[in-house]
Order: sequence, then C-alpha cells, then structure tokens
Amino acid sequence: MPVLDVEKDLDQQTMTVTAEFAADVARVWALYADPRRLERHWGPPGWPATFVRHELVPGARSHYFMTGPDGERAHGMWIVREVDEPRSFTVDDAFADDSGEPDPAMGFTRMHAEFEPAGERTRVRFVSTFESVEQLQKMLDMGMEEGLKQAMGQIDALLAEQQPATA
Amino acid sequence: MVVQIDAEPSQEEIDRIFQALADATRRDILVRVIEREQSVSALAGAYRMSLPAVQKHVAVLERAGLVGKTRHGREQRVHAEPERLARARGVLDAFEALWRHRIDSMDALLAEGPTKEPKE
Repeated sequence: MPVLDVEKDLDQQTMTVTAEFAADVARVWALYADPRRLERHWGPPGWPATFVRHELVPGARSHYFMTGPDGERAHGMWIVREVDEPRSFTVDDAFADDSGEPDPAMGFTRMHAEFEPAGERTRVRFVSTFESVEQLQKMLDMGMEEGLKQAMGQIDALLAEQQPATA
Repeated sequence: MVVQIDAEPSQEEIDRIFQALADATRRDILVRVIEREQSVSALAGAYRMSLPAVQKHVAVLERAGLVGKTRHGREQRVHAEPERLARARGVLDAFEALWRHRIDSMDALLAEGPTKEPKE
C-alpha cells in the first residue's frame, strides 16, 4: 500500500496524507499535470471524473465533472494557486455549476501537494484544508457516500492484513 | 491516526453535531473546553457577548452531545465529550477513505507504465 501516513486534525480542519509511489517525480507529477491522467484518479469510487479544462499553471481554472452510478453529474472546479514544478502545487477545489463556476454555498477545499524523490521512488505529501467539518460533510454527502462505504470496506480489509490500526 | 467509532450515529445526531459545529463561536468554545473544563462565566469572559448568549451556545453544544456540564459547588463547569467528537471525526474518516482511493488509483496508473495512453 502506497499510503504511509494519514494525520487528521479536526481543530485545524486539515488532513495530511503521505504516500510513496514506485515511480520518479516526473511521472507522479504528470498524474496531476495531465488532465487525462488526473481524471483517472480524482473521482471518488463510482464517480469517475472528466476534466473539461485543466492546466496546472498559477491562476488557471480547471473544470471537471464526476459521473454518478445513475449518470448524474456533479461538477467541480479548481483554482490553481501555486505551482513550483516539480516540487509542489496548491489548488482550491470547489463544487461548481455546469459551466465550471464555483458554488459559493459549498466553499473551497485547499489541496497542497509536495513531491520529494525517495531513491527511485517519490514521496508525496497531500495536505487538504477545509473550511469546516460541516462543509466537508456536505462535500462527502454529494452522492458519494455509497461508493465511499464500499471503498472503506475494502480498505478496512486491507488494513487488517497490513498492520494494526494506530491510535 | 485512526479513530474507532463504535456505532453509526443516526442522521439526526450527525445533523445536530454539524449544526453545533457550524458556528465559529461554538467551535471556539469547544476548543477551549477540550483544553480544560471551565464554567460558563469563565467562557463568557472570553467573548464580546452576554452570558445568556454564551449559555445558548453551550446549550446547542450540549444538545449535540459535544459537551456536558458538571456541578462544582455553586458553579457548573462545561467539559468536552470526547466520544461525540470521535463521531464528528467519522466524517474525516470518510475523507481519508476518499484519499486512500485516490492514491490507490494513482498507484495503479503508475503501474501501467510511462508510455501507455489513457483510455477514453
């Protein structure tokens, strides 16, 4: 399992996920820079993403939609805040209307990613900052719960094999 | 850090917890009482609002089960209820599951090799 560590902080409203991938930095970076690759890992389980517009350059606005099991679409968008290729980038992610305009009622989730070579592998630290637990709840409620539950079941099974849960 | 949750909270309970946490003052009160148990009047001293207003916020937190009150002589002290907080953390667990899914998908993509064209 590539995930090394997950830290959640309810008070700071952040979650930090550290993972290590069996590829060099350029290839891992491309998973975010190339929209065709990005859309293959961004969507939650059962909600594959399609990026209509995406460029990982500061100030750019990405537009994507996720397609649910019944064909319904949930649109999202990114505002690219900072890019320091191939070391780090920061984007603000929000739900959007079908033209890619952010939904002000839902707020933004910030994602900051840091890439670091680790021998022939690449270590990535993803820091997500959300505005409130309520916002996060709303976000997760957007039809994604079922898929998440499935994924969590699979993950629990994997975790049980891998290592005892740390407290 | 993995938080174990014994039972699934009901939707109603979750709503109450998130309504309670939706307000900045209430979140702040919660942070203060997590640090240490204290009286409502001590809490009220920290805000530019009346004692009844602070009492109201505490009551909302109490209804959500996030804080409890215990009597110490003449004063009632407010303390955090860590079990309920753990339930709120359940939302973060769902967010964690989303990220684990993303990272597994990234890992699988990388395993396909550098030249493979993504499918439509």
